[in-house]
Amino acid sequence: MNIESITNPKIIIKDLNFYYGNFRALKDINLSIAEKMVTAFIGPSGCGKSTLLRTFNRMYQLYPKQKATGEILLDGANILDSKQDLNMLRAKIGMVFQKPTPFPMSIYDNIAFGVKLYESLSKHDMEARVEWALRKAALWAEVKDKLKQSGTGLSGGQQQRLCIARAIAVKPQVLLLDEPTSALDPISTAHIEKLIDELKEDFTIVIVTHNMQQAARISDYTAYMYLGDLIELGETSSVFTNPKRKETEDYITGRFG
Amino acid sequence: MNTMLNLYTRRRIVNAVGLSVSVLAMLFGLFWLCWILLTLLDHGLPALTPVVFAQMTPPPGNSGGLLNAIAGSVMMTVVGTLIGTPIGILAGTYLAEFGQRGWMAPLTRFINDVLLSAPSIVIGLFVYEMYVVRVRHFSGWAGAFALSILVIPVVIRTTENMLRLVPSTLREAAAALGAPQWKVINFVTLRAARAGIITGVMLAVARISGETAPLLFTALNNQFWSSNMSQPMANLPVVIFQFAMSPYDDWQKLAWAGALLITLSVLTLNILARVLFRQNATTH
Repeated sequence: MNIESITNPKIIIKDLNFYYGNFRALKDINLSIAEKMVTAFIGPSGCGKSTLLRTFNRMYQLYPKQKATGEILLDGANILDSKQDLNMLRAKIGMVFQKPTPFPMSIYDNIAFGVKLYESLSKHDMEARVEWALRKAALWAEVKDKLKQSGTGLSGGQQQRLCIARAIAVKPQVLLLDEPTSALDPISTAHIEKLIDELKEDFTIVIVTHNMQQAARISDYTAYMYLGDLIELGETSSVFTNPKRKETEDYITGRFG
Repeated sequence: MNTMLNLYTRRRIVNAVGLSVSVLAMLFGLFWLCWILLTLLDHGLPALTPVVFAQMTPPPGNSGGLLNAIAGSVMMTVVGTLIGTPIGILAGTYLAEFGQRGWMAPLTRFINDVLLSAPSIVIGLFVYEMYVVRVRHFSGWAGAFALSILVIPVVIRTTENMLRLVPSTLREAAAALGAPQWKVINFVTLRAARAGIITGVMLAVARISGETAPLLFTALNNQFWSSNMSQPMANLPVVIFQFAMSPYDDWQKLAWAGALLITLSVLTLNILARVLFRQNATTH
């Protein structure tokens, strides 16, 4: 399957290369991300799947020795262009990390923090937004009576849903999930997977996962990466049942990795 | 089987020897500390009467208190901390958050390390040369400046270390929301490191409250009550230094009382700092 067969691309990646210093971590990646679908990146450790995800919001710019070349088109505009405003880009593309990262402030402020960066809402509207985000993240029922308590006091699974709520409160178009459940227990993982399924109605979701069953369960498209190369991209059902490439088959059948 | 047994016996012996040596070293250190504390309590407690807090330092041969010295010490310590803390926190933040590139940060860090271990008498002489000589008299301000120079490197070091302990994923998470760097630092990383930084400031206060050398050349001493920072100012360390060396019994007693006071306040600050840091460690 090639890029053109994704009919409604939200993000198109063209000839993307990525460097950590002199090390080339991504090699001529060409890939499309379908709008309001879940795309999963799978592959063994060090294959570049997280690196690829982190180019979508230019997270790498925090670190002076990392750089990307090529094009990443978000709705047709190249986000790697130096003229692209970084903060506006990150307003459109939210991210959730492997380890829950609640800020050292109240649950309410954790969510309001991001919203305040872009909108000046009245107290009433802000409260409504916080509730909306927490409901979307399926956390409202558990925290509605303790919004003023510290976000760091929640359980790991709750913290991760708080981070998802924080990311969607800004109303981004794309949600990047970097192994969002690898630090969580099975019940919390199930919560989050259900959530991802609901969130794709509103957001384009890209998820990096180590867990192939997870990719099979929740994604519409799956990309298999190995040593910085994109080996195969296709509809999840066909990648897992009928992979085109031998390498993909070896990986998903557990012959290596 | 035999070799296995030998291996275990050897390990047990090595463990026993290592443990005994460590415990002995610990007891050796603790012994002097306890001796100092006991002597201090033995001489200081009887001398620590309400009069100490009510009267001024007396002339030779008379009885009196330490009120002016206590007040002077508190004032100079507070002013020194107020000057040194913001500079230290800002510089430490620079080192931790912006110090990845360029030559400025490594150089600053090196100079700060030197300053951290500089003998405090050198700091006293520096302020004496730069300030006291120019205005031609000793003063409380000069004392406070000297103390602030001692506060700065301690606060810089702890601020940088505490900020470095904040996981980089927290910074990334805030940046991923589109927060500009100053907001990330102000609202997320500094806040996450808050308890550690406060601990550092308290330790800095504990350090300067016992310093004698920098005050000897700057604030000097004052036998009378003075809340005017532009005049020579009484302070506990210098009073202790002067009174302990004197042949007068009353003065020596007051010196013991002062020494006990400083020790107790430093002890309290240290304990507070530890409690605060531990509380924070459990909530994060």
